[in-house]
Amino acid sequence: MPSIEQELRTFIIDNFLFGDKNGFANNDSFLEKGIIDSTGMLELVTFVQQRHGITIEDEELIPDNLDSVERLSTFIQRKLAIAA
Amino acid sequence: MCGIAGILNFREQAADRQLVEDMIDAVRHRGPDARGIYRDRNVALGHARLSIIDLAGGQQPMQNADHSLCITFNGEIFNYVELRHELVQKGYRFATQSDTEVILHLYEEYGEDCVRFMNGQWALAIWNANQQQLFLSRDRLGIRPLFYTRTDDAFVFGSEIKSLLACPDVRREIDLDALDEIFTFWFALPPRTIFDGISALPPAHSMRVKDGEIDVWRYWALEFPTYASSDSQNVAREDEDEWAEQLLDLLTDATRIRLRSDVPVGAYLSGGLDSSVVTALAKQVSNTHLKTFSVAFEDREFDESSYQREVTRFLGTEHQEIRCTYDDLARIFPEVIKHTETPILRTAPAPLFMLSKLVHSNGYKVVLTGEGSDEMLGGYDIFKEAKIRRFLAAQPDSQIRPLLLKKLYPYLQNLQAQSGAYLKEFFRVSVDDTVSPFFSHLPRWGLTSKLKLFFSDAVKAELESRNGYKDLESRLPVDFSQWDRFCQAQYLEAMYLLPNYILSSQGDRVAMAHSVEVRLPFLDYRVAEFAARIPSRLKMKVLNEKYILKRCARALIPPSVARRPKQPYRAPDGKAFFAGQPFDYVEELLSADSIRRGGIFNPLAVQKLCEKFKTGRAIGIKDNMALVGILSTQLVLHHFVYNSVRTPLYAFN
Repeated sequence: MPSIEQELRTFIIDNFLFGDKNGFANNDSFLEKGIIDSTGMLELVTFVQQRHGITIEDEELIPDNLDSVERLSTFIQRKLAIAA
Repeated sequence: MCGIAGILNFREQAADRQLVEDMIDAVRHRGPDARGIYRDRNVALGHARLSIIDLAGGQQPMQNADHSLCITFNGEIFNYVELRHELVQKGYRFATQSDTEVILHLYEEYGEDCVRFMNGQWALAIWNANQQQLFLSRDRLGIRPLFYTRTDDAFVFGSEIKSLLACPDVRREIDLDALDEIFTFWFALPPRTIFDGISALPPAHSMRVKDGEIDVWRYWALEFPTYASSDSQNVAREDEDEWAEQLLDLLTDATRIRLRSDVPVGAYLSGGLDSSVVTALAKQVSNTHLKTFSVAFEDREFDESSYQREVTRFLGTEHQEIRCTYDDLARIFPEVIKHTETPILRTAPAPLFMLSKLVHSNGYKVVLTGEGSDEMLGGYDIFKEAKIRRFLAAQPDSQIRPLLLKKLYPYLQNLQAQSGAYLKEFFRVSVDDTVSPFFSHLPRWGLTSKLKLFFSDAVKAELESRNGYKDLESRLPVDFSQWDRFCQAQYLEAMYLLPNYILSSQGDRVAMAHSVEVRLPFLDYRVAEFAARIPSRLKMKVLNEKYILKRCARALIPPSVARRPKQPYRAPDGKAFFAGQPFDYVEELLSADSIRRGGIFNPLAVQKLCEKFKTGRAIGIKDNMALVGILSTQLVLHHFVYNSVRTPLYAFN
């Protein structure tokens, strides 16, 4: 089974980079690289919530939690740990 | 309203009459009422006529009394009655009642300066046999189109690019610089067009072709006040009344002269402020029966029909509407691109194509519209957004200020769902941004530029060193940096987006596709010049857009329409193509084979985009613009590059 990080990476590459993975690193900031706009945020949050069965609260919608593959993966694991 | 075309051979070789006939036939939709050809040795002018003024006497091309001049003209000179009167007093004799003949005599009197006296919308060419020179001109704001190119031994021009492509010597290749600009600004910077070597005469420009040389010059410019002169003091309430009163007087006159016609004039109604004001003024000035037309959308997100009906009830017009479905939109899209002759990023022209068909089927040839008001009087959200972004930049860490953006875009659901923290990030303003002449437009152009991700590696490599912003910056007026910020944004909309997208792809082209002429009172140059002088703080009072116009509109239109929040005209974009039964042409043109053949886009990226649409996950502006941009580019290739325009299209239905 692919890791959470691997899955997120594939999702970003397919949906926001349309297959162009050149130079995209897991610690790249989505905002700084211009990978995600306001719509992309919704797509990403929807994907994560559905895939992992978690609910992301409004106050959790901050760059510290969501702004790179690494950060998001850590955030998801933390949420899953709390839920378990 | 008509189509024009012509050839001037640089050598003594006789002009080919048949070729000009072919060029005119290519734009027959612009003027189905009559066809005329004039030929004199190495020059030939053609005309496809839509008869509106002096139905019997206005045939073209038209010559003067001694046959030294011949004109082919598309458009209307709305002040022709006054000009004619003045010319008669100077001793000119008229054989017809047409505005065309007025231009001829005006040219005899004033030469190439004649266009400065004209109030109207035109693209014209005058052959001066004595001087052996061709004079061409286009109206101040770019309402009527005019394209040209030169081959090895001829100058060729026409109302639409398809006339030029009817010449076997004219190349049909994509200009990659233009493509880069379209995928940044939404249009190519004129004179560039999407076709390499084919130029557009920019608005407010004239040109002369003589002895194989082409001269192009600007004859008019819209000037805005500098920062110092416009921001000096608060405006007293009496002054507000004064501005509103003067604007109303001008708009009334602009509407009055735009009702001059020997066929009935109708009006488009969007349900918003601008078209309601124009319709109300038309009703007031003419005091006759008025017929109005509008588009309604199946999708409630875009539909404004309840407001449209309210206006028609209030004004007592006879109203017709056409309902646009996803299926309609996708079905007619290929035909629409045949008329826009350029890739586009939104489907908004398509419903207007349906609307002109409705007008035509009702036997109407002329409609008034409210276009131009948002540019001239400060209505667009982009102006408001720029104000809010400056406000954010002043206190970048404020948690509250970003929430204003939600008030700005109540109709953008994706934005409504954002947290304050992310809104702040998305609209973060850098120091570089605040000093850019393009401050207002950086978000739009930045977002659009992201679509270049879909370009093929070869195209990306070709365009790597290009900087469209620099090119545009070099064209700005010399004192632009001293202008009021609001006026800078207005200028970019009014001088660039307006002629190169709104008035063309959403205006002339889709209206003339069904032989319908649009007339735009807000783009009377007197209104435009006056509007440019209104203090910016009155154009948009705090965040209340078109404030002065609203003041004059109060007595004219239903209060609910005057008060309603502005809703920009939009149509369903990418999802229309994937909503129901898939259309063969969409599948075919977006297939890996077709994408590879065109060479412009990356097949894998396009495939992933299509998957996103097919699974309903493409919800953003960017994905939608990408889909429409790619599909329309593929259609441009299909219609114009691979195929001769004269060969039938493959079965799209």
